[in-house]
Amino acid sequence: MSGNRPSVTAAAVVLAAATLTLQAQQGRSAGSAQSSGADLRIIPIRGNVYVISGAGGNITASIGKDGVMLVDSGAPSMTDAVLSAVRALDRQVTASGMPQRSCVGIVQGCTWWNSSNLLPTTVGPPAPRPIAGIINTSVDADHIGGNEKIAAAGRTFGVRNLANAPLGAWIVAHENVTARLSPAGEPKVPAGALPDETYFGDEKKLNFFNGEGIVITHVEAAHTDGDSMVYFRGSDVIAAGDVFNLADYPVIDTKNGGSINGIIAAANKLLDMIVWEHMMEGGTMVVPGHGRLGDVADVAYYRDMVTILRDRVLAMKKKGMTLVQIKGAHPSKDYDPRFGRNPQWTPEMFVEAIYNTLGAAGR
Amino acid sequence: MRLTRLGTAMLSALLAWPAAASAQIDFSGEWTPVRSMDNTEDPWIGDWVGLPLNDVGRARAEAWNASLLSLPEYQCRPHGWAYIYRGPTQLRISKAVDPFTRQIVSYEPEWHQSTNMPVYLDGREHPPEESAHTWGGFSTAAWEGDMLRITTTHLKEDYIRRNGAMVSDEAKVTTWWIRRGDYLTWINIVHDRIYLSEPLIRSAEYRLTVNSIVPAHPCTAVFEGLEKGHVLHYLPGENPFIKDLRQRYGIAAGVPTSGAETMYPEFAGKLGESDWSRGVRGSSLGAGGIRR
Repeated sequence: MSGNRPSVTAAAVVLAAATLTLQAQQGRSAGSAQSSGADLRIIPIRGNVYVISGAGGNITASIGKDGVMLVDSGAPSMTDAVLSAVRALDRQVTASGMPQRSCVGIVQGCTWWNSSNLLPTTVGPPAPRPIAGIINTSVDADHIGGNEKIAAAGRTFGVRNLANAPLGAWIVAHENVTARLSPAGEPKVPAGALPDETYFGDEKKLNFFNGEGIVITHVEAAHTDGDSMVYFRGSDVIAAGDVFNLADYPVIDTKNGGSINGIIAAANKLLDMIVWEHMMEGGTMVVPGHGRLGDVADVAYYRDMVTILRDRVLAMKKKGMTLVQIKGAHPSKDYDPRFGRNPQWTPEMFVEAIYNTLGAAGR
Repeated sequence: MRLTRLGTAMLSALLAWPAAASAQIDFSGEWTPVRSMDNTEDPWIGDWVGLPLNDVGRARAEAWNASLLSLPEYQCRPHGWAYIYRGPTQLRISKAVDPFTRQIVSYEPEWHQSTNMPVYLDGREHPPEESAHTWGGFSTAAWEGDMLRITTTHLKEDYIRRNGAMVSDEAKVTTWWIRRGDYLTWINIVHDRIYLSEPLIRSAEYRLTVNSIVPAHPCTAVFEGLEKGHVLHYLPGENPFIKDLRQRYGIAAGVPTSGAETMYPEFAGKLGESDWSRGVRGSSLGAGGIRR
């Protein structure tokens, strides 16, 4: 019987996706995200965790008894739509009456059934909880664009006593994000968009939120020098940010400290963190910075792709070929139709970034 | 009052009855593959004859190194929907029936070492593109006469021949199930604008059997000696095995070994004489076909 579980789970993810997308669409028709004309897609992944696509970079949302925590906040132009979608999703999840987390183990305030949950006509559903925090995976505008407005709409300690909670959600990021956004103390963005809590080193552990541990992992010099991957340990979902991209070649932002070897190291780090469910699918699910939901096989293919293209450029570089010659040899041609369709980040730009961030020895 | 309720219930049932569901033939049961030379699938490196790989599909295949399969994240993988029907194992097709309408909700084909791959007949939509992709993909089906036409999306990138010939995760597959008595014809048409220049159309035959089983396949990935993250591949133009195919089958330089052209009968006329065609099999490769 155990052999059936993984595929059932995978199918359930897909089916649930269809379901909530429909529900999200219904929500929009009621006016939630319709005002901006945005076509956001909300897909439940597992447990507390959802992904919101279509607002720039993917936004991962944890929604439950403690409130809402977002990984990234989308592009600036999409903020109103994101906020509407998050609120609609928050209402829907909170009002569902279904336990969001098991009461097994060390828990504080897990939900349970009682008669009022079953009698919504006489007792209204519980009020949705506020947005408590935002974690930024990088410095990119399409990942931090909603910081100011969404954080302002939240409450930091939206867990037990809302009356005493200060206004505004916290924003956490690696310290290099803040350094890039506010070089020499001169902010490039409004003060309300800046992270108000930063970390340095490889890792930051947050307090339990919605009944699960959340671990932020920093990977060195990958997409930028301030990248974070956010692991929801109970739901077993990783929001990887732009170090993992299933839509395009990964953007190596050399001006902000990115490098090809960092991208490869990040992909291998993801594979270290992932536990597959069965036959190399399912298990830990990974939300890329852009593109569809992935799992172990998708990350492995992606790791292979960036490694192979690094090796090709490095081999050409070692032969003494110039950048122009390397570009002319089209070293990425077998991946271009799939990953090279973004006019803002062409295969030539990707190859150039690989070339420029590789030393002669490939370091 | 009771008649009115009964009539309403019958009308509701009729309206809910999927129109296409009326033409049904049962595909459930245990099936055994009918092997043929066409689906023995023990390919040489570089043998992409019969596959409509485009230029980038061929470049991708030429870079493939079989030792990659030693990495933990490559172990335990099943064949995907675009390939598995050509596999050598027994096929079981189960059916799930709605307890109220008694209509078939889904068929669920499975093989040894496969994942579950349900095929839904209840009219549900395919999920959004942002959803996860799986080895089996997401399949829906509709009847066309007594044939079942299956549409599969949300597939993972996967091979169409076990030597590096790939289709992308954007591939879609149209499958036809055709039953004639105790025989099942399975036709797969793979569409992939990334790596194929034309659809790949192949088929397999199965025969109904009453004594076959599909055993469980517990599999755990282990360390097989490859350093973590060591992605083995060949640099462009450096795959040493590709030329073997030309030598074996007498394929002259300039005659393709992949691509749409190689799918059609006229291609056979371009093959020259070789040790293989003369019956001296393996002479060019050393004892046992092992390369020297």
